[in-house]
Amino acid sequence: MSSTFDTVANIISETCDIEREKITPESHAIDDLGIDSLDFLDIAFAIDKAFGIKLPLEQWTQEVNDGKASTEQYFVLKNLSARIDDLIAAKGAPA
Amino acid sequence: MRLEYFLLIDRIADLNLADRTIRTDATVPTSSTIFEGHFPGYPLMPGVLLIETMAQTSGWLIIALTKFTRMPFFAAVNEAKLRSFVTPGQKLDVTASIEHEGSGFARTRAEIRHDGKLICNAGLTFRLVEFPSPDFRVNMEKVAREIAFPMEALAHG
Repeated sequence: MSSTFDTVANIISETCDIEREKITPESHAIDDLGIDSLDFLDIAFAIDKAFGIKLPLEQWTQEVNDGKASTEQYFVLKNLSARIDDLIAAKGAPA
Repeated sequence: MRLEYFLLIDRIADLNLADRTIRTDATVPTSSTIFEGHFPGYPLMPGVLLIETMAQTSGWLIIALTKFTRMPFFAAVNEAKLRSFVTPGQKLDVTASIEHEGSGFARTRAEIRHDGKLICNAGLTFRLVEFPSPDFRVNMEKVAREIAFPMEALAHG
């Protein structure tokens, strides 16, 4: 699996005290791992720092609330990792 | 400080949008019902109120940086150290800086000093949301004027 996923999984494991083995690319951060919105702020902070990006959480939340996107698109970890890769590519930073 | 209204900052002494820092003044009142219980005959400013003082200072910095488009609600104390007792009448120098400005949240580092000595420090997290109502924002602007929030700084920020 991608190094992005590994980094994200390690962040989640350390931030939320979840066993690393329980975190897979198919895991839904909210539904499967039970991460709430406050804990996700800590995760977002760590992801922002680790990758030098700014996860657009406000935009994602708005899209989900408006029915334009599903939570799976952003919070299943393989999808989250892909979004992070997109953000890294968009800012021209090394992946 | 007006403890009864939970307004813990007296005045914004400095706001630097370029450096993303703020400094506020806060003088602990000489008397308050809080000191009758905390503690009888040995009045101490409660540590949670010192943390709140750092949070309010951080909050005004965030409001300035977001130009009154977002209301910061206190969400987490990442870490805090209460290093010395604070007693009635003490004049506190409170500073805060942005550690990270995320999407819909911000983290700050804040500290309080008295006569140059570090009293306490903390890392704080805030959720940033739209003001719950127009009246809410109007009230915040009223409080801002009372504590000398430099509105002109927003125009030049």
